[in-house]
Amino acid sequence: MDVLSGAWDWLADGANWAGENGVWHRLAEHVYVSGVALAIACALALPVGLWLGHLGKGGALAVNISNVGRAIPVFAVLALFMVSPLRGWGNVPTIVALVLFALPPLLTNAYVGMREVDRSVVEAARGMGMSGGQLFLRVELPLARALVMTGVRSAAVQVIATATIAAMVGQGGLGRIITAGFNTYNTAQVFAGALLVALLALVVEGALVAADRLLPRRPAPADR
Amino acid sequence: MAGQSCLVANDWICWEYVTSRSRELTDATVEHVWITGISVLIGLIVAVPLALLARRGRRWAAPVLGLTTLLYTIPSLAMFSLLLPLFGLSASLVVTGLVLYSLTILVRNVLAGLEAVPEDVREAARGMGYGPRRLLWQVEMPLALPSVLAGIRIATVSTIALTTIGSIVGKGGLGNLIAPAVSSSFKAQVLTASVLCVLLALAADLLLLGVERLLTPWTRATRAPRRAGRVAGRAADRAADPARAGAAVASGASGASGASGKGA
Repeated sequence: MDVLSGAWDWLADGANWAGENGVWHRLAEHVYVSGVALAIACALALPVGLWLGHLGKGGALAVNISNVGRAIPVFAVLALFMVSPLRGWGNVPTIVALVLFALPPLLTNAYVGMREVDRSVVEAARGMGMSGGQLFLRVELPLARALVMTGVRSAAVQVIATATIAAMVGQGGLGRIITAGFNTYNTAQVFAGALLVALLALVVEGALVAADRLLPRRPAPADR
Repeated sequence: MAGQSCLVANDWICWEYVTSRSRELTDATVEHVWITGISVLIGLIVAVPLALLARRGRRWAAPVLGLTTLLYTIPSLAMFSLLLPLFGLSASLVVTGLVLYSLTILVRNVLAGLEAVPEDVREAARGMGYGPRRLLWQVEMPLALPSVLAGIRIATVSTIALTTIGSIVGKGGLGNLIAPAVSSSFKAQVLTASVLCVLLALAADLLLLGVERLLTPWTRATRAPRRAGRVAGRAADRAADPARAGAAVASGASGASGASGKGA
């Protein structure tokens, strides 16, 4: 396939890696934007989700918010931001959109993780005289870890994917290599860019799975 | 309507835009609907054999589920671009990409539905002389229906949202209206197309919910055990005579509906 060899040639050419439109700069933009967005989303969603799960309230909210999130096209939201005054604010439109789309998996998994902690364990801890705070930190949080981490992982993958779409509305990131290739009818470049984006997503997913395995595991319920 | 029109003023909400471009909007919506419909349909046709394969044991389940999950990780823009050498700038490119995405959800839900069929129901059917094929289509599939339909609902809603990305190759339904409007800052067009897209997803969700209720009336009757036998009997008629053992069907149905919740 000449497209494959073309993509390989494109990737092998050092000139394509340097400069403002080069791979390194686009990759840095992609990682920066994704990292900031994921950090903000975690800071917002995890406390709320865990707290609601601890209280056992707002279950319908946690479920519905992920259903709504699924129905709203990322591209449409980015497009709306780009025709609003947010346009002039550099990376802000992308970051806001990424945060919005990372919130549902984080919230839902944090909530569900807390709720799925065995009720009898919680009762036993209460019976031993643990306060609400102790119960939260020493019992519920360690037991909910697996599901919360699953939420963080799917949010991270979602963020990486969404940051690619930002290129379609003229924002930075690796997706720009793809859109630039489309604009110049350079199929080899489109393919090379797509390979890079797919690779980044898979590497991030793999790294998070590995990180989750490496973290010290307390006696938690069996993974599903 | 005194002064300048909302098209000139570039307002967010502009009824004049909707009326003057209604043809364009309808065409884009129709394209959106058929791309989504075909994708989910093909996805379902591919997902059922894959789920049956995955059911054969761990040796098959791990690669099938692993591969479909892996596909879901690939960002949509990259997916459509990777398919470019194979399909060129065509609707089949977008449909193929969407089919691959829908597989993740559909295979999982079909599998969950089939696995939730209680063993004693299978035993009973086999004892009544059902062969493997008849067992699958007349007993297991009807019982797996709630989980399968839940999967179709999720897949359809997310496919409607993903179709917009198809505008990168000019086949994105309503996305085709959004893309050029961003570069020209045409607020009314971006907002109208976006709202239509969300409304489309909402309508599809409600429609499929209705279909779900119509096809699986027994899932709502599980809380009234006394009527379960009768309702299951009716469901049995509708689902082409799955198993004449009414009680077994009722218990199987409640198991499958439990699985559909998890599948979602």
